[in-house]
Amino acid sequence: MVRLLALMAFLIMGAVASLAAHAAGVPKPVIKIENPGQCIAATEDMRVNHMNMLGHQRDRSLRQGIRGEKANLNGCINCHASKTTGSVIGKDGFCESCHTYTAVKVDCWQCHQPKAGYKAAGIKP
Amino acid sequence: MMIQQQTKTDDGAFYFALAVGGLISAIGVAAALYMEIMGHQVSGMNNQVFWGLPHVFGIFLIVAASGVLNVASIGSVFGKKAYKPRGPLSGLLAIVLLAAGLAIIMLDLGRADRVIIAATHVNLTSVFGWNMILYPVFFGLVGLYVWTLMDRSKNQYSKTVGTAAFIWRLVMTTGTGSIFGFIIARQAYQSAILAPMFIILSFAWGLAIFLIVQEIMYARSKMELHPQLRARMKNLLGVFIGAVLYFVAVYHLTNVYYAKQFEFTHFILVSGGIFPLLFWGGFVLLGSVVPLLLLYAPGFNENKGSVTAASYLTIAGGLFLLFVFIIGGQAYPLDMFPGMQVTSSFFDGKVDSYTPSLPEILLSVGGFAIAFTMTLVGVRVLRFMPQDDVAKLQSAGYLHD
Amino acid sequence: MTEPNDKSRRGFLGAAAVGAAGLGVAAIAPGLHLIEVSQASAPSQGASSKVRWGMLIDTTKCASGCDACVKACNTENGINEVLKDPRQASQWIRKIDLKDPKSGIAHSLPMMCQHCEHPPCVDVCPTGASMKRADGIVLVDRHTCIGCRYCMLACPYKARSFVHMTLTEQNPEVPRGQGCVESCTFCVQRVDKGQIPACVEACANAEHNAMLFGDLNDLNSAIAQRVAQVKTTQVRADLKLNVGVRYQGI
Ligand code: SF4
Ligand code: SF4
Repeated sequence: MVRLLALMAFLIMGAVASLAAHAAGVPKPVIKIENPGQCIAATEDMRVNHMNMLGHQRDRSLRQGIRGEKANLNGCINCHASKTTGSVIGKDGFCESCHTYTAVKVDCWQCHQPKAGYKAAGIKP
Repeated sequence: MMIQQQTKTDDGAFYFALAVGGLISAIGVAAALYMEIMGHQVSGMNNQVFWGLPHVFGIFLIVAASGVLNVASIGSVFGKKAYKPRGPLSGLLAIVLLAAGLAIIMLDLGRADRVIIAATHVNLTSVFGWNMILYPVFFGLVGLYVWTLMDRSKNQYSKTVGTAAFIWRLVMTTGTGSIFGFIIARQAYQSAILAPMFIILSFAWGLAIFLIVQEIMYARSKMELHPQLRARMKNLLGVFIGAVLYFVAVYHLTNVYYAKQFEFTHFILVSGGIFPLLFWGGFVLLGSVVPLLLLYAPGFNENKGSVTAASYLTIAGGLFLLFVFIIGGQAYPLDMFPGMQVTSSFFDGKVDSYTPSLPEILLSVGGFAIAFTMTLVGVRVLRFMPQDDVAKLQSAGYLHD
Repeated sequence: MTEPNDKSRRGFLGAAAVGAAGLGVAAIAPGLHLIEVSQASAPSQGASSKVRWGMLIDTTKCASGCDACVKACNTENGINEVLKDPRQASQWIRKIDLKDPKSGIAHSLPMMCQHCEHPPCVDVCPTGASMKRADGIVLVDRHTCIGCRYCMLACPYKARSFVHMTLTEQNPEVPRGQGCVESCTFCVQRVDKGQIPACVEACANAEHNAMLFGDLNDLNSAIAQRVAQVKTTQVRADLKLNVGVRYQGI
C-alpha cells in the first residue's frame, strides 16, 4: 500500500516535473563524451538500463563481495568525468546534466565520490 | 432520557486553536528538515548519546497511544458501561498519538527521505522490524473498532474487534518495551521486566492524556462530567500511577540484586548528576507522589482541577522517566573491560552528557502539537464527545461499583 | 590483442560458462555484445563462507600513545571531516588505554568493530542494512540504511558512528555519507584485492607488529596457528558473539 502510494506520488511528480521542464524550454542536457571509446554496452541500452545494471551490481559487490564487474560506478566515473572539473556532477557533469533534465533525483553522491581517481587525505583524530 | 447534549463550541476559538496547533506542528517539521539538511551536527546528539529528546517524546507518544485505548477496552472488552461512551474518543486518541509519535521518530532519522525503505525491506529479527508490522495493523484495527462503535448498525461487532485491538495493543507495547529489552550490550536495558513495565506505563500515560482531553472537551461544551464518573476514573489513574512506581522499583531492584548492575543503578539513582535529580525530583516526586496526593488527599480529591493537574503531572513524570531511561542508559559508559580503568580518544569509560539543541526541542514539541491538531480536527468533524446517560447508569448501579 | 588480454577473455568466458551451466544464471545480458565482453576481465568470485576473516591484537606489543593504526584508517577510508563537537566525529578505530587499579598494570590496544559471528547490530537493524558477508565481514549497506541508530544501541563495543554532516571528501573506493551509520570494514576494499587492512600494515610499518590479520578458518594461516597456541581473549566473551577480533595479553 505504502509502496503503491509512493509509486503514484513518484509518477505524478515525475510527470509534473517533466511537463514543467518542457514548458519552460529547459536546455537539452550536455552530453560530452570526453574519453571517446567503447562503453560497456550500446548507448541505447545504457540510457535505459544503466540504473538496473548499477543497482544489481552494487548489491553483488557490497553483499557478496563480487568485485570487478563490468558495470560499476567507479568505472563509469573514471571514463565520464569531465576533464575540466574531474567530476561527473556539477552543471554540465555527465550524470548531473541528464538527471537535472529528466528531473530524476539520485542520492549516489551523498556517499560516493563523483570525482575520478580522487585521493582524500586523512586527518589526525 | 437525560442524555446530555453536545453543544457547538464557538468557531473563533476552534480556528484559533487550529492555527496555533498547526503553526507549532509546522515549526517542528521545519526544524526536522533543518536537521536533515545540516546533518545531525546541529543537534545535541552525538556518537555516545545518539537517541535524544525526539526519541523521548516519540516513544512517550507511542506508548501512550496504546494505553489510551485502555478506556475503550474497559468499556467493550470488560463490559464496564460507564466507559462505553468513551470508546470512540479513546480510539481516536490512540490513532492520533501513535501517528504523532511515529512522525517524530521518522523525522529524526538520519535518512528520513528514505523512510519508505523501512516498509519495503523488513528484517524480521529486528524488534524495529516487527514494529513496522505492529503499527500499521494497530491503525487498521483501531480504525475498524472506532467504526463499529460509532456506526450503530455495526455495534454488534465492537466486542470482537475491540478484543482484537486490545490484544494487539498489548503486543505492540511489548514490542516497544522490547526495543530496549533485547539490547544485551547495555547495562540499562537488558531486563525482561521492560516489556510488562512498558505496558503499565502505557496505562498510566494513556489515561492521563484521556482525562485531560475529556476535561477540555467538556469545558468547551460547557458540560459537567458527572462527579461519580470522575471519581471512578480518578481512582483508576491512581491505581496506575501506583503500579508504575511499583514496576520501576522492581526494575531497579532486579538490576541490583539479580543482574548485578549495581554500578549502573547507583549512577542512575545516586551519583549520576542530572539523572538522579530528574528521577527522584521529576519522576518520583512531581510525576508520582504529587499526583497521588492530588488524587487522594482529603480536600483535593473532590476537585476536578486536581484530577486534571494530576494528569498533567503524570505526563511530565513519564517524560522525565523516559529521559532518565533513554538518555541515562546511553550516557553511562559501556563496560567492556570489567574492573579496569578505561580511557580513550573516543570517550570510553567516561560518563557522557547531553543537552538538546533548539531544533530537537522544536521537533519534539512539534510532535505533541501534531497530536493536538489532529485531535482538534477529529473531535470537530465527528461526534467523539463522551455522552453519558446518567440516569440509566445510576439506575443500573454503574456509578457506584 | 595482446596475450594477457586474450587469456583473461578465455578466463571470463570459461567462468561465464561455468556460472551459466552450474547456476543456471544467464551470464550474458540482452544488448551486451561479445566483442565488448572480451575487453573486461573476470569479476571476482566474491566472499566465501569457507573463510572467516579475523584479527589478533597482541597488546603486549601495542604502544601507548602510538596511533599509527588510527591515522592509517583515517587516510585509507577518507575520514577527514572536522566537527565542532568531537563527540560527533566518526571513529572506526580508536586506541584505548587500560589500567588495572589493583595491580597498576597498564595496557594499550586498538578497538574497532569486532566483526561478530552473531552481530547484534545485524539482528536489530530494521531494514537489513547492517549485514554480514559470507566471510564474516560486517558491513552497513548505505543504500538501505535509514539512520535510525538502533545498531549503535545494540553494539557492545561502541564500534559504530553516525555521520553528522554532509561529506564530499570520500575516497572513491570507500563511499560514506551523512545520515548513515558506519563502522570498520576490515578495509574490505583492500581485502578483496588480497591486501591486508590499512591499520595492520601501518602497525607493521611502525615496527610494532601488534596486529595480525588473516583467515581464522585456515589452519595453516599465521593467525589460526597463533590463536591455537597462545591464550587469547574475546572482549565481552560473556555475550557469546564469537567475535573476529581477538586480543592477546589482557
Ligand atoms: S562489533 Fe558492533 S558493529 Fe561490529 S559486528 Fe559486532 S555488534 Fe556489529
Ligand atoms: S542506522 Fe542504519 S544500519 Fe543501523 S540499524 Fe538503523 S538502518 Fe540499520
